[in-house]
Amino acid sequence: MSAATDTVVPEAPVITAAGYWTGVLKRFSRDPVAVTCAVIVLLLILSAVFAPYLGLDDPYKASMIKRLKPIGYPGFPLGTDEQGRDMLSRLIYGGRLTLFVGLVPVVLAFFIGSAFGLVAGYAGGRINALIMRTVDVFFAFPSVLLAIAISSALGAGIVNSLVSLTIVFIPPIARVAESATASVRALDYIDAARASGGGALTIIRVHIIGNVLGPIFVYATSLTSVCMILAAGLSFLGIGVRPPEPEWGLMLNTLRTAIYVNPWVAALPGLMIFITSLCLNLLSDGLRSAMNVKD
Amino acid sequence: MSKTEAESGQQDRGGPGQPLIIAKDLKKHFPVRSGLFSRRSATVRAVDGVSFDVMKGETLGIVGESGCGKSTTARLLIGLIELDEGGIIFDGDSLGGDIGLKELRRGVQMVFQDSYASLNPRLTIVDSVAFGPKIQGLDKPAERARDLLARVGLDPDRFAQRYPHELSGGQRQRVNIARALAMEPRLVILDEAVSALDKSVEAQVLNLLNDLRREFGLTYVFISHDLNVVRYISDRVLVMYLGEVVEIGPSEAIYAKQAHPYTASLFAAMPSMDPDNRTEEPPLAGDPPNPIDPPSGCRFHTRCRFAEDVCAARKPALSIIGGEEAHLAACHIHEPGSGHSLANREAAQ
Amino acid sequence: MTGTPLVEFNGLKVKFKGERTVHAINGLSLSMQAGETLGLLGESGSGKSVTLKTLLRLLPPRRSEIEGEVRVNGTDITTLSGRALSAYRGGEVSMVFQEPALALDPVYTIGDQIAETVMRHKGVGRFAAMEVALDMLNRVRIPSPERRLKNFPHEMSGGMRQRAMIALALACRPKLLLADEPTTALDATVQIQILLLLRELQREFGMGVIFVTHDIGVAVEVSDRIAVMYAGNIVETGTTRDVIKNPRHPYTRGLLAANLHGAVKDERLDAIPGSPPALEEPPSACSFAPRCAFARPQCLAGLPPVTDLGAGHSVACVLEQPAFS
Repeated sequence: MSAATDTVVPEAPVITAAGYWTGVLKRFSRDPVAVTCAVIVLLLILSAVFAPYLGLDDPYKASMIKRLKPIGYPGFPLGTDEQGRDMLSRLIYGGRLTLFVGLVPVVLAFFIGSAFGLVAGYAGGRINALIMRTVDVFFAFPSVLLAIAISSALGAGIVNSLVSLTIVFIPPIARVAESATASVRALDYIDAARASGGGALTIIRVHIIGNVLGPIFVYATSLTSVCMILAAGLSFLGIGVRPPEPEWGLMLNTLRTAIYVNPWVAALPGLMIFITSLCLNLLSDGLRSAMNVKD
Repeated sequence: MSKTEAESGQQDRGGPGQPLIIAKDLKKHFPVRSGLFSRRSATVRAVDGVSFDVMKGETLGIVGESGCGKSTTARLLIGLIELDEGGIIFDGDSLGGDIGLKELRRGVQMVFQDSYASLNPRLTIVDSVAFGPKIQGLDKPAERARDLLARVGLDPDRFAQRYPHELSGGQRQRVNIARALAMEPRLVILDEAVSALDKSVEAQVLNLLNDLRREFGLTYVFISHDLNVVRYISDRVLVMYLGEVVEIGPSEAIYAKQAHPYTASLFAAMPSMDPDNRTEEPPLAGDPPNPIDPPSGCRFHTRCRFAEDVCAARKPALSIIGGEEAHLAACHIHEPGSGHSLANREAAQ
Repeated sequence: MTGTPLVEFNGLKVKFKGERTVHAINGLSLSMQAGETLGLLGESGSGKSVTLKTLLRLLPPRRSEIEGEVRVNGTDITTLSGRALSAYRGGEVSMVFQEPALALDPVYTIGDQIAETVMRHKGVGRFAAMEVALDMLNRVRIPSPERRLKNFPHEMSGGMRQRAMIALALACRPKLLLADEPTTALDATVQIQILLLLRELQREFGMGVIFVTHDIGVAVEVSDRIAVMYAGNIVETGTTRDVIKNPRHPYTRGLLAANLHGAVKDERLDAIPGSPPALEEPPSACSFAPRCAFARPQCLAGLPPVTDLGAGHSVACVLEQPAFS
């Protein structure tokens, strides 16, 4: 047997795959639950944004004779509330405020908390101790209590509830950002970058942010549902949005007296909160598994 | 060789006789924190007085078991962790005096064991390789990165835009080597760089490392637990045990005859490749002791079959073996007049 | 000795479904006798661990498709379920893992874990089971075993934990022990201790052992026979002596050369080029041909025939066909 051979040896095949985000999108699109939830959330957001163009009744137009009509009443597909206003219209318009106060604090807290967590996680040592112990102080209070306390200190109103909810969500996001950063910080490629002479800011920008924002983002998504419920709770207690603004928490509060008269209509705002937060939670679950590269 | 240096822009200052890097009495102790108030309760003596030098163009192999401090030594050499005591002299310039960390890291680069963890998963490999040159302000970093990818055997047209997870382990390790070379280092530290690879791939990477050494006039510090690989690649070998150097010398001398009982045990622990002549008795019993609380005197005396009272009482110094000045071992048996019963016999020979 | 083989694979195929289909095992046939130690040698992705998992029925049923026969002591284990399966696992067959720190339960003492297994499989009381546990720790040469019985896994060193793991695996006197790279995570001086211990225990208990490893030296130390795996199939099998001293398959030879035992410094290594196939399709030709220095057109024409060289030495390579010699 001779070593010489004229056979053309084909190159050993190499595993090929597309880029990271293409892969995430591909995995996400294979998850029917997550996709359904994403569609529902998208529809809710779109309907809230384009509410004035949907040809709905005026959500503020009250009518004493058409109070508390049941679902399916002619002209009012989802009935009317205790002041005779169109429930369908109020629910859709209500989505604007509810989603707004549900999302904005989380987005703000996402940026502020991530910044704290990144600095704490990368620097380690005393800076870490300083930031994280401060964060721990806020952790000592249940989030509902903290939100109520800050809101009532600041006074009622949308802006104040946005501020208080943002403060409530900074600590948990900072926590997650810190632990994600610390675990990436321990990887060899950070050492390799340091050995290449990269400064702290460059390393955070090039090598850390891209690898931690994903997990933090997923976590923040799951907080939006909590935030919506807290915002609704604040309105329910009368320290958030004020009547007659349509907002799901507030609507739940004002309709609670009608629970014996017309339970189905009274439950609608609660149902909306439930569906939205459930979808957001399942959506973040789906995102989490889609972003998991090692599988 | 002069061409390489001119290219790299880093001058050989002391001439070939001056070691490229001298490690003097390196010490690194890590506090082990425990308890609620994180009081310092114990210390891991990871590296405890390690000295050696690496000549220009040579490959120094460092061997030892887990916890012996070989990886800590590597990270000290490149300044990734701070020295507690001791000094590093890079081609005549002392770190902290004549040159800073920045200058040291231009001359010293490192390849890590875990090929996946040492690449940023969100960067294409060409960006990973170009990161260092970009930071250092070298011109045309991307072009340089593509050239190096080609040099380590990865066709840039096919591979440059891929992400680490789209490569095999061997390909990723080639990227890591390219990344280290992109800084135009003179010394490359290979910390178990081929250990995680499959054997057939390991041989390819070893061939590549040998080619690159010749082409770029590199000096290697090669850390591994595989004695076959170390023998193949190294000119000299340094054996570590619990943070200390127990033996150092030319690899052929050490492979022919191990002076320190620990080195001898390491060699005897290698699986036999002869089915008719399998290992019949393990050379050592038990696990390596904990570096938190290392034994007194010679740290190996708790497992050494030649241990006597003097071994527990006094730490042996590195002494010359067999009249060859380059071969040193820290063992009372080889130290004339140490008080060990075998020492005089050794001296008489 | 030529009764029913202890283990018999007949045309085993394992396919993983999911985002990417992987044909992990492709028509593996192999048999081993009782009391024999078989070294299953292969690199990552060769299917050696999948073979072990199939044998213990540990593959995720939804994501994997198994074809072919796997017989242990004459029983087809691919159809076992419920009580028969748990009696088989741990009773007839048990496994030693690569990472004892992960395989042992951190919240129970070593003694409790061994005793629990013995009580479950042998139906004895707690006191008798503890006696067995103590005896087992003695047999795996753990110093001061009485004290070690009350230790938790994290209180032991790596080598001690692996000994404890072996004690646990052997407590019910299995007929077959599966060892999945049990020494890879250990230091060299500890590895050799564990290898010699396994060799002694095998002689003492007379069980069959399948020892999976990527390290030829380790395989030589423990096995009577070696089977070399590549791309989900066995390319060469024979007695350890035959495979090491007279390797016939080009892949086996490449692996032996890559071990660097006796490699000369500065001399170029005879490295196998390329990397193993991704196995997204079932192989229709010799899987090694793309990396083989001896490849011929015939290699790509179809699956390589298995040639029996006598004395249990067989090779799946066209070059061993009479037409070529």
